[in-house]
Amino acid sequence: MGKTIAEKIFDAHRRDNPSGENVVLDLDVVMCHEITTPIAINDLVERGLDKVFDPAKIKVVIDHVTPSKDSKTATQAKILRDWAHRHKIIDFFDIGSNGVCHALFPEKGFVRPGYTIIMGDSHTCTHGAFGAFAAGVGTTDLEVGIFKGVCSFRLPETMKINIVGSLPEGVFAKDIILYIIKELTVNGATDKVMEFVGPVVDAMSMESRMTLCNMAIEAGGTCGVCMPDKVTAEYLWPFIKDEYGSLDAAVEEFKKWHSDSDAQYCDEITFDISNIVPQVTYGFKPDEVKDVTELEGSPVDQVYIGSCTNGRIEDLREAAQVLKGRKLAPGVRGILAPATPLVYTTAMDEGIIQIFMEAGFCVTNPTCGACLGMSNGVLAAGEVCASTTNRNFNGRMGKGGMVHLMSPRSAAAAAVRGAITDHRSL
Amino acid sequence: MKKFSGSVLFLDRSDINTDEIIPAKYLTENSKLALKPYILEDLKLPGFDPQTGPQKAGIIVTRGNFGCGSSREHAVWVFEVNDINVVIGEGFARIFRQNMFNCGMLAIELAPEDIDALFKMGPELTIAVDIEKEIVQATGSTSATFSFRLNSFDKELVEAGGWLTYADKKY
Repeated sequence: MGKTIAEKIFDAHRRDNPSGENVVLDLDVVMCHEITTPIAINDLVERGLDKVFDPAKIKVVIDHVTPSKDSKTATQAKILRDWAHRHKIIDFFDIGSNGVCHALFPEKGFVRPGYTIIMGDSHTCTHGAFGAFAAGVGTTDLEVGIFKGVCSFRLPETMKINIVGSLPEGVFAKDIILYIIKELTVNGATDKVMEFVGPVVDAMSMESRMTLCNMAIEAGGTCGVCMPDKVTAEYLWPFIKDEYGSLDAAVEEFKKWHSDSDAQYCDEITFDISNIVPQVTYGFKPDEVKDVTELEGSPVDQVYIGSCTNGRIEDLREAAQVLKGRKLAPGVRGILAPATPLVYTTAMDEGIIQIFMEAGFCVTNPTCGACLGMSNGVLAAGEVCASTTNRNFNGRMGKGGMVHLMSPRSAAAAAVRGAITDHRSL
Repeated sequence: MKKFSGSVLFLDRSDINTDEIIPAKYLTENSKLALKPYILEDLKLPGFDPQTGPQKAGIIVTRGNFGCGSSREHAVWVFEVNDINVVIGEGFARIFRQNMFNCGMLAIELAPEDIDALFKMGPELTIAVDIEKEIVQATGSTSATFSFRLNSFDKELVEAGGWLTYADKKY
């Protein structure tokens, strides 16, 4: 019987089977940020177990609230910073070099096909775009990961999601994943690996695949995963060229992780996206999604473009297409948070930052900040935000605030109209 | 081992998310105890007041996909510091469920009809969980017993007091 990519990765990393349903895996990368790691560090110190399993396999960034906004966040940053220095963790990113973890770490080449990755952050599923098994975990799992280099998982089933058809003009990976979550519901993939396959995925850039996998958790998925191919190898090439003689050799090697044709799935669903239109959320759950045309004219107070979902250069380019030569609608606030320093400088070189600023946007440093209502764009009660982020929970971007999730191009259209707008009509 | 009994707080909705259990703005706290006053602060349910609702509770009974959203273990700790060590529901988000057992706490799955029966026995209800017999003993104006299944690894985590102690000994 054939195996899925997740089963192959599990087989290659299995340390223990503590029960028939659970497996303990060896970890290739443990990622850490300043919100969920400090309590783990403090606990290890208190227990007299202040050790790390392998400093080269631990990647650390201060990204959620940065630069620190108050004494509490400054303390979180300090705990993480001191710990990284104490354990000689080379890959540590502080202000000046930091960015949103799930955009920064792939950009630095820390992810490989076949890897096992955990982080104390639910959107860790993003890294599955590279053909890795990457899962968000709580602080205790993170703590054990740091200390012992292992993590336990219940054996997940895999759901095969086949995306076919021809991508309509003005429809993006964000629209596709919102459409899929609407169909599956927020509980539809709980405890399952979501394997994204098909010609539409094959044709996607790594940026778009990351957007797709990023929101697997919003359907309850353990991990989103794409088959590693030439697109993956090209993205990683600067980091793997010494390892493989040629791009073709890397692509060939990556194939060993591909799901077998006779692999077993708990479910196989095909989505033909040929006729979908831009998608927007309307309620307080990510599966409450409608066609943009049904929400046309719904007013917004703020527009936020950034995050681990849609703060990459491809996203900024799309938004800039709409914003070029246009201004924010009167009374609307626009915030751009490029996800990483490289995204920021690339956007500067391409004149994109200027387009945003001429439109009236505030451009902030790379940070998660506003996405979860912690800093840099928190909403007041009663305010509405058109956002390229991944979660529209009640109060997510600020108590009493409301969030409409959408693609960068749709968010830019909302910015210039002051209301939800089908960007294709601009 | 922790205490697995007490009076019940009913939360009658599916998909209660981590932001409703503990909003992100409190994630800047570096101690679990500091989270205590903020339990379920953003949860809007008819008849539920986060100030008084959780006060006397030792156990939560809820519907499906409880704890969806963020990976924040704060959503488990805020229960722990309020002496709530058990959540009983139709199902749980993966990370929340694992965080409960990792802290030596119980996330117990019952069939929807059993959850319905518990809701009907409310609102004044006490529950005692026996992890050896794998039963939930509910006592209100009437009493009833419900069986659940506890995975052997999850049971070991509960007995060890959590994943860190377990992993430190074994790996």
